[in-house]
Amino acid sequence: MYVTHTFELPPSTSTSVREELQFLPPSKLKVENVSKSFKSRTGPVQALDRVSLRVAEGEFLCLVGASGCGKSTLLNIIAGLEKPDSGTVTADGLRVQEPGRERLVMFQEAALFPWLDVLGNVLFGLKMKPHLTNKDRKEVARYYLELVGLSRFERANIHELSGGMKQRVALARALAPNPRMLLMDEPFAALDALTREQLYGDLQEIWESRRKTIIFVTHNVREAACLGDRVILFSPHPGRVREEFQIKLPRPRDINSTDLAEHASKIMRSLKGYKDTNGEIAE
Amino acid sequence: MKRLILTLLFFASLVLLWALIVRARIWSPVLLPSPMKVGEYLKSAAEDGTLWQATLITVKRLVIGYIIGLVGGIPLGLMTARWNILHDTIGTLSLGLTTLPSVCWVPLALLWFGQSEAAMLFVVVMGTLWSVIIATDTGVRHVPPIYRKAALTMGSKNMHIWLKVIFPAALPFIVSGMKQGWAFAWRSLMAAEIFVTILSGFGLGQLLHYGRELNAMDQVIAIMFIIVLIGLLADKTLFAPIERFLHRRWGTSQ
Ligand SMILES: Nc1ncnc2c1ncn2[C@@H]1O[C@H](COP(=O)(O)OP(=O)(O)OP(=O)(O)O)[C@@H](O)[C@H]1O
Ligand SMILES: [Mg+2]
Repeated sequence: MYVTHTFELPPSTSTSVREELQFLPPSKLKVENVSKSFKSRTGPVQALDRVSLRVAEGEFLCLVGASGCGKSTLLNIIAGLEKPDSGTVTADGLRVQEPGRERLVMFQEAALFPWLDVLGNVLFGLKMKPHLTNKDRKEVARYYLELVGLSRFERANIHELSGGMKQRVALARALAPNPRMLLMDEPFAALDALTREQLYGDLQEIWESRRKTIIFVTHNVREAACLGDRVILFSPHPGRVREEFQIKLPRPRDINSTDLAEHASKIMRSLKGYKDTNGEIAE
Repeated sequence: MKRLILTLLFFASLVLLWALIVRARIWSPVLLPSPMKVGEYLKSAAEDGTLWQATLITVKRLVIGYIIGLVGGIPLGLMTARWNILHDTIGTLSLGLTTLPSVCWVPLALLWFGQSEAAMLFVVVMGTLWSVIIATDTGVRHVPPIYRKAALTMGSKNMHIWLKVIFPAALPFIVSGMKQGWAFAWRSLMAAEIFVTILSGFGLGQLLHYGRELNAMDQVIAIMFIIVLIGLLADKTLFAPIERFLHRRWGTSQ
């Protein structure tokens, strides 16, 4: 049921569908000196302080940090949903000014539309692609539902799905318009360990077979070490980039392997350091 | 099926009880006619056409006014939710006017439009409009911002977001507002028809009124019965299916 291979398209697949499913070169991203603060009742909160980072094409980047260190804020800014107070985000050489479907977000909260069924949700982004016919769109949507192992549930209502199934639908919906970049905000945090492990496998598989650039936010250092080519560590108050770890392990990675655990504990040690000093650490 | 039989049995026993009370002669038969007499009136009124005509006229006033109210109210509600300036002005006005019992529009409608169809329509529109505006506005304000964000990142923009995301997301609120608007419109139309004779057509309310004038209790009860029936029918055929759909999709039914 879960993805273990790339799909062969049936010979009847039309050329427009084939083109739609074709791999595009992934985009590059540059975040430069991005700062962002929010006003709150207790005064201004500096969510991000001069954050800079670069993401290479096809890279799988994980962002790790304590709660409230601005990870979601950064993803929103990269997505174009929020404006930074200062600094710039450049994707593919173009400055990010507004949201666009080249950078799809899979949100921390459930964001599936309850007034549509599963297929309708996956179709939503495809409807914005004018060069496809409705038949093509359905075919593409079904392809992705199969990819996440939910073909049988295309007519189900959202509230009838389990938490894990909802996240799978959200993943299919995010993948369907074929974005160059996926921004994932703790997508698996609410799931049980078993489901999560399956999804780690699926996600690596999809990332590899579809050559996407992924920025993946998580609390879980093991998860970060398992998925990322690179892990960036944030510290809170104000949100800053602290450290970077290269994870040079062969894929597919098993989350329970000892090599991985070593990386994870290294990251964990650093993370604890920043948390204990509440981010106000001497440089 | 079992539930349908139970329902039918309940109403049959109500009629039976009614017949028994008439039999017992607690009240004079002038004040409480038997079910048979009411049935006879309905039969004769149906045969000579007055009943159909009155029903048609009333329902037409109601439907036209209601549709005008919806067509005006839903976009206005979306707009008051979108722009604070409209919320503070039209929104506040609507909130005030929903608290006004819609019957209170009748005297004003008569002075403005005279004893005409326009007066009837006006009353129905006023009954519908304000509660639809309020419900739509509230509905839109309750849409979780995450839906808008998700749609934005998928490439949806302005008008598309309003039509395909915000409107459907607010639908449960809008439908309950539509239901309330319908109830208000129906009540105020009946009041208006009972108060005033409109020469361009005799509605159910007028039949009710003349029933009283003529001391024809069978007519009064028969017309009340028809009015209840129309209300029930509207609910069962118009709103119940929409609500069932919403409950199924949102998972809000038991
Ligand atoms: N819309 C907002 N208004 C006010 N403050 C905000 C807003 N969004 C975020 N913040 C503040 O900015 C800081 C960073 O928030 P953010 O949601 O980016 O954290 P996070 O790293 O994603 O945390 P978590 O891991 O818990 O999701 C927090 O202190 C939060 O209170
Ligand atoms: Mg977050």
